[in-house]
Amino acid sequence: MSAEPVEVRVTKPETDAYLSVRDLRVHFPTADGLVKSVDGLSFDVHRGEILGIVGESGSGKSVTSQAILGLHKGSRARITGEIWLDGQELVGASEERMRALRGDQMAMIFQDPLSAMHPFYRVGDQISEAYRVHNKVSKAVAKKRSIEMLDRVGIPNPDRRYSEYPHQFSGGMRQRAMIAMALVCDPKLLIADEPTTALDVTVQAQILDLMKDLQREFNSAIILITHDLGVVAETCDQVVVMYGGQCVETGTVDEIFYEPQMPYAWGLLTSMPRLDRSRQDRLQPIAGQPPSLIQVPKGCVFNPRCAYQDKVGGDVCRTQHPELVPLSTSSTHAVRCHIHPEERRRIWADEIKPTL
Amino acid sequence: MSTTAESGPQPNDINVNPVEDSDALLRVNGVTKHFPIKQGILFQRQVGAVRAVDGVSFSVSAGETLGLVGESGCGKSTTGRVITKLLDPTAGEIIFDGKNIADYSRSQMRSIRRHVQMIFQDPYSSLNPRHTIGTIVGAPFRIQRTKTERGIKAEVQDLMARVGLNPEHYNRYPHEFSGGQRQRIGIARAVALRPKLIVCDEPVSALDVSIQAQVVNLLEDLQSEYNLAYIFVAHDLSVVRHIADRVAVMYLGKIMELTDRDSLYEKPVHPYTHSLMSAVPVPDPHKEARRERILLTGDLPSPINPPPGCVFHTRCPKYRAVLSENDKQRCRSEVPLLEPKSPGHFAACHFPEIRTDLATAQDAGVAGR
Repeated sequence: MSAEPVEVRVTKPETDAYLSVRDLRVHFPTADGLVKSVDGLSFDVHRGEILGIVGESGSGKSVTSQAILGLHKGSRARITGEIWLDGQELVGASEERMRALRGDQMAMIFQDPLSAMHPFYRVGDQISEAYRVHNKVSKAVAKKRSIEMLDRVGIPNPDRRYSEYPHQFSGGMRQRAMIAMALVCDPKLLIADEPTTALDVTVQAQILDLMKDLQREFNSAIILITHDLGVVAETCDQVVVMYGGQCVETGTVDEIFYEPQMPYAWGLLTSMPRLDRSRQDRLQPIAGQPPSLIQVPKGCVFNPRCAYQDKVGGDVCRTQHPELVPLSTSSTHAVRCHIHPEERRRIWADEIKPTL
Repeated sequence: MSTTAESGPQPNDINVNPVEDSDALLRVNGVTKHFPIKQGILFQRQVGAVRAVDGVSFSVSAGETLGLVGESGCGKSTTGRVITKLLDPTAGEIIFDGKNIADYSRSQMRSIRRHVQMIFQDPYSSLNPRHTIGTIVGAPFRIQRTKTERGIKAEVQDLMARVGLNPEHYNRYPHEFSGGQRQRIGIARAVALRPKLIVCDEPVSALDVSIQAQVVNLLEDLQSEYNLAYIFVAHDLSVVRHIADRVAVMYLGKIMELTDRDSLYEKPVHPYTHSLMSAVPVPDPHKEARRERILLTGDLPSPINPPPGCVFHTRCPKYRAVLSENDKQRCRSEVPLLEPKSPGHFAACHFPEIRTDLATAQDAGVAGR
């Protein structure tokens, strides 16, 4: 029933990261063919660090987070690779084991708090329930703890709000309640899947501030999944740029924003209108459409939309799949591109950066 | 820093009253839309009203883009729907091409619809899944009976090519297209009859960034080609800055600030506009770290029972931090009117922030030129 890992390595990778994902693949067999939602993804998240995963819809960001939480277990998904959470391997873990970890060691904040909360139960009871699943305490203690959390995430009158229903909360308040629910067991890993996409900018600013505060307070590891580069710049330490189910570039937030080397990352930066720069006459979109995950392009996954293929001789871009290569042995900045690093640096400095 | 030179294709939009521009294509004067709240099962009586739009006035000239921005629930979409008469206004005038269409019936509207079209936010629910693209884009011609059946096919294929779709896909169904392509279908349908005005209700907010830029460029190309006027409803301030000539900022059914793009983004005078802009994250980590944020506390008040006086005073950072008790009393009791604070720059605030220095605007993430 559940997905069997192809290779189960019992040795933990040499890293002190709280969560480390190694060569994760999530494939869904469908009537039309095999959908390769995530195809060979690796990254590390440390305690006290915020990792941003950016990408367009269909790039596999949400599927990755669901795989970490074990939400694909029992489905037809084929999951291979390794997910190490604090020394435990999760891909081969049983459903019961995952259930014990979910909520306790790792928790998730969803995009749409209205559909993620049960409409028939009081908000406070839902938070208490999450607490009592993992802690043998009385209802009264759980309630006290929930009210504390509601207060901590900035909900006014938490006593009264405890016994209200989700529909009585506004969007921002609901997202705060979701955060309270996720944090009630003090998880070390928090996955936030587009936590502010459904919110207005003014409320988004409040929620992002709150998440940063809580992260400092609890020293947790956070994975922030978003399509908004502004949100990434504001909150994240490390960034993974995903395209077509693969990581195409990764590095610190400064490396990704000030020295990006992958044509897709350039495209993302040039295609968005920005309030902090003078207005351009025309936006420079990335041509074409995102790839089909059933027929992933041969060679570099970005090649059908890439404007810089002529920088590489022959048809290498269309035939050979590039590896994710670190720029130097000590660097965290790694890029999946055939263009020579010197050439990439030159294109960024001479052609892309001045147009931003 | 010229604000007049680039304020739009029409130089006469710097006028004293937002609606006094007599040769504008569309003039909206005091438009109000209240949705009644009813109680009772058989004999319903009205017990209140959701004041979605509460006395909004502006004008749009031919070939111009007016941006309508604000948080969700501020009435920007309702305003767009009232202008296209998908909703009937409770009060106010909508003068399109010299005719007040506010009270027009459905049949009277038919001749106007040729000139006023709409592009919707969600490219999934705005296209009939059981109709082919040919039927969808050809529908305006069939309804208005402007072309023969054969003429329609040729015209639709021209349109498809114009918006960047393959004309051979004439007989395909919407589900065979991606989100960006569907939005192009919606755009082709809207420009089919060469309208004078298109109300775009969040046309790019459901799209990915790379696709969003393609659609924004297409909208700009079509505008210059057919001399279209757009009312561009959006919550994304950076997209609106890119596309709009003038911008109206709405809050709780009212216009808070209305001016040309450059003055609004470089010298906003209303505290609400200020906080809205300072909340937009910019994709630059160092700037983000240095930036001063004006954090608005709390949520939008209910439009059923809006605050008295200035609707923004419950969340206004200036009201909370700067104003004296006497001034606060004025904010609580007196509704500020949308008045010119400098030529062509309208704001509804008793204590607008007229600035001479640009430093604060830059802090708020707006680049000087």
